[in-house]
Amino acid sequence: MTNFKATVHVSLRSGIADPQGLTIERALPALGYTGVSGVRVGKLIEFGLDASDATEAESKVGEMCERLLANTVIESYTLSIVDESEDLAGRES
Amino acid sequence: MSETESLHRDLGLTDDEFQAICDRLGREPGYTELAMFSVMWSEHCSYKSSRVHLETLPTEGERILVGPGEGAGIIEVADGVAVAWKIESHNHPSFVEPFNGAATGVGGIVRDILSMGARPIALMDPLRFGPLEDARTRYLVDGVVHGISSYGNSIGVPTVGGETVFEECYAANPLVNVACLGVVDTKLMHGRAEVPGQVAILFGSSTGRDGIGGASVLASAEFDEDSLDKRPSVQVGDPFSEKLLIECSLELIRRELVASFQDLGAGGISCPTSEMTAKGGTGIRIDLDNVHRREPSMEPFEVMISESQERMLAVVESEDVEDVLGVCAKWGLEARVLGEITKTGRVEVVDRKTVVADVPSLALAEEGPVYERPIERPHWMAGINAAPAGDEAPEHYGRTFYEMVASPQIASKRWVWEQYDHMIFLGTVIGPGGDAAVIRLPGTETAVAITTDGPGRLCMLDPYEGARHAVAEAARNVAAVGARPAAITNCLNFGSPEGSGVMWQFSEVVRGIGDACRDLGTPVTGGNVSFYNETNGRPIYPTPVIGMLGIVGDPAVAVGIGFRDEGDAIVLLGTTELDDFGGSEYGKIVNDAIGGTPPNLDMGAERALHEVLIAGADAGLFNSAHDLSGGGLAVALAECAFASNRGFSVQIGGTEPHRTLYSESPSRAVVSCGQGLVDDVLALAGRHGIAAEVIGAVAADMCDFSVFATSLEEARSVWEGGLSGHLSARVE
Amino acid sequence: MTARVGIVVFPGSNCELDCERSFERLGASTEFVWHDDNTLPDVDIVVLPGGFAHGDYLRTGALARFSPIMHSVAEHAAAGKLLIGICNGFQVLCEAGLLPGALRKNEGLKFLCKWTELRVEVPGTPFTARAERGQLLRIPINHFEGNWYADPDTVARMRANHQIVLRYVKNPNGSLDGVAGISNERGNVLGLMPHPERACESLLGSEDGAVIIGSMLDHVMHMQPSPAGV
Repeated sequence: MTNFKATVHVSLRSGIADPQGLTIERALPALGYTGVSGVRVGKLIEFGLDASDATEAESKVGEMCERLLANTVIESYTLSIVDESEDLAGRES
Repeated sequence: MSETESLHRDLGLTDDEFQAICDRLGREPGYTELAMFSVMWSEHCSYKSSRVHLETLPTEGERILVGPGEGAGIIEVADGVAVAWKIESHNHPSFVEPFNGAATGVGGIVRDILSMGARPIALMDPLRFGPLEDARTRYLVDGVVHGISSYGNSIGVPTVGGETVFEECYAANPLVNVACLGVVDTKLMHGRAEVPGQVAILFGSSTGRDGIGGASVLASAEFDEDSLDKRPSVQVGDPFSEKLLIECSLELIRRELVASFQDLGAGGISCPTSEMTAKGGTGIRIDLDNVHRREPSMEPFEVMISESQERMLAVVESEDVEDVLGVCAKWGLEARVLGEITKTGRVEVVDRKTVVADVPSLALAEEGPVYERPIERPHWMAGINAAPAGDEAPEHYGRTFYEMVASPQIASKRWVWEQYDHMIFLGTVIGPGGDAAVIRLPGTETAVAITTDGPGRLCMLDPYEGARHAVAEAARNVAAVGARPAAITNCLNFGSPEGSGVMWQFSEVVRGIGDACRDLGTPVTGGNVSFYNETNGRPIYPTPVIGMLGIVGDPAVAVGIGFRDEGDAIVLLGTTELDDFGGSEYGKIVNDAIGGTPPNLDMGAERALHEVLIAGADAGLFNSAHDLSGGGLAVALAECAFASNRGFSVQIGGTEPHRTLYSESPSRAVVSCGQGLVDDVLALAGRHGIAAEVIGAVAADMCDFSVFATSLEEARSVWEGGLSGHLSARVE
Repeated sequence: MTARVGIVVFPGSNCELDCERSFERLGASTEFVWHDDNTLPDVDIVVLPGGFAHGDYLRTGALARFSPIMHSVAEHAAAGKLLIGICNGFQVLCEAGLLPGALRKNEGLKFLCKWTELRVEVPGTPFTARAERGQLLRIPINHFEGNWYADPDTVARMRANHQIVLRYVKNPNGSLDGVAGISNERGNVLGLMPHPERACESLLGSEDGAVIIGSMLDHVMHMQPSPAGV
């Protein structure tokens, strides 16, 4: 078993109005940041997960997203799986 | 100097206080002990500067079952029906982090009510901010209201009213007060551990490093470089846990599994363990290893004074422990035995088999310092009292009227209260926006009326008179809906008690509250003092917020402020003095003046007005009733019209009509009644010696003051937009 | 004979007492059903009340659908019996797939507690039998996530099948098509954001909620076999 770090990013599906994103998109130019577009607000969910390999981890997390972490009627998600031990090595480079 | 001796000042203890601790213990305190003393002897927990004054307040009455000193005052409102009523402040945390500061303020007062064995059934939120032109203020308003809404709505307790006041002096020191009403569920509880051998169980959320205030310097003294990691984190509210805590606690009481009870708030575990044993003449031996923690490697002192939210302490018979843990488990709450009640009279704290604290309960809870701080009337008082009150006539009556109703102070607060669930429990007979909320108590046909009032500006001009006004207006609000004023709770918000001027204001305010409460027969059931509301040496106005509770015989007779039927007569009750503009809204909004002295307040006339309002409501004479306060007659009439979308036509005479329109003489109200009942209303007022005059009638769609008139629709939209126009960030 | 109503209580439910009071006021007998139980008692109507079922920190209603009682609730609905989800209960029903669509944050990004006017679009359902078509009902809302959404195909199918039962006269939250309450295809499950149980007493401002609750009780009573067997 390897301990993976799972990161799930949930946001409203494209095409569904995101009033939080709109509010931010309007506020930023007021502060002088021009050229901002397409602001979307979402949720970041992180957790550790034991799995035999990355493929198994990914399929487990995908299932979690479908069943609980996202409501696919209005939300979409992306997920990433990182082997914690490799991650440490990666961070140093 | 020893290590602890050099720390006490950073912890907020004076050299004398430190010496007193050493004398009491016969030795120097250890780290953990010093931390416990620092919180228990803090101003917040010990009332050391305020106590000598608060002791002068009237606290007893036929209906008062429990007065100050417990979690909340208890008032018997009908045979066998008792309510808990208490107000608290969460000013400082809300300035730092408005959302969580305000949210955890709600959580704290709710647990106070719960600790008495009462189910929390209504909240009120008196809020004070700086001017809305300031972006930081808008951020604070949004965060505070959202915090209250998020927490109160989730735990399922309606927020039925409050105040939203804007004044320059609160810009750097907003006031976030919160009052809670509860109804005793099955059994009145108390926070007293009287029986050695009983067991203390800590249940609810885990304990982390939240809100370790001044005491955090203990850590930074040890870990200079790492002090950032040890910085006290802001308390974060978890309303779901609070909701579970409410249901779990009430179930424990219903099943008679609890001997006594106290919530954890300021002072963390130190507070209920020392207070309950001090009151009960017992001691406690605490095993810190049993505290369910959120973070590893917490120091014992941190565990003892952490202010993590959503926790309660129950003292139970040892044979009931399993059942208690079972009930907690059903509600998904962590619960563990914290320690055992002993005969020692001491709070002993054991951490990993080592005793880290061993101090007398009484020393912590009841033998803190008591100060009679210097008092001096500030030199600037004469100047401000001689300054103009701003009673010059307006240039244009119609524009001035709009300016008044559009000012955030007077404008509709709908933007605020629509974010609060104000209806749950099916008891909100009169909700936000009226003079007082009328709440039918669950499972009964008894109702109470509650309101809050805190005229800071009047108290700045004259703290004694201002405080009398605060009590009188709160009582008038309650009487206006038809309730008899019964008791108050108070939240006293002030600057630093170390300033003699602030302390003078405090002593005068307390004297004023005491006199007014004696005159009106409304004892003080408890409350809260919040000092140190000042920034860069500039204190807030002295702001006593009075939470008045009144009793309504039958909720069906409660009277709202909105006019009802076109053609109804409008009657002004009480006497208008034409020069009552000291500290008035008109003076400030129209003429930018804050000066003069508060209007003269005759408590005899005030009481008589209440009798008229209560008797008129009982007899069903009134179709509406509204007291006159900020903005005087003009604003009161407008509010009656806006509330129900019925206009009015009144005759305003005199050579300077603005005086009749905007003077803020107290002890007045405007009522409306069917034309056939006018004589009855006038006769009723006459019997009580109250002046009464028919000034006009309810009309269709105009606000017609005879000297000028506006369309109701336009005036109403100006009033509706006065606050929300500053705050709404609505996405179209 | 009275209608038997089971009110499901999740740990963070908070409108269960109000539902009890209003259903009983209109003549039903009620009992609470703990979310952790596996089976419903013998009831004619199941109510999922408002509140914050499991704190709703992830998403409103997201965890409640996994509560043990929900299996039995789904069977109750599958048997054609009446099921109503009010506010949080509506959110749970959508999450559980017992009703189409999902509820998003209010468009104005504020919690809203206010009176609303609803138009009865589909009379004659077990939930609206006491109403006329187009009748206006004054019933309050109390939510942050009441902005209903479903994809266009679903909405078209629902319209054709008369599942959009209640609409706001003035849309308070951005809900698609002004939807305030919807039913399932079979018509025995209703979800709505407004709180009918808060509008059953004139002292509290309206009795229009009794139209919905009363219709449900009528429906149950009519379904009972006549005692004389006639």
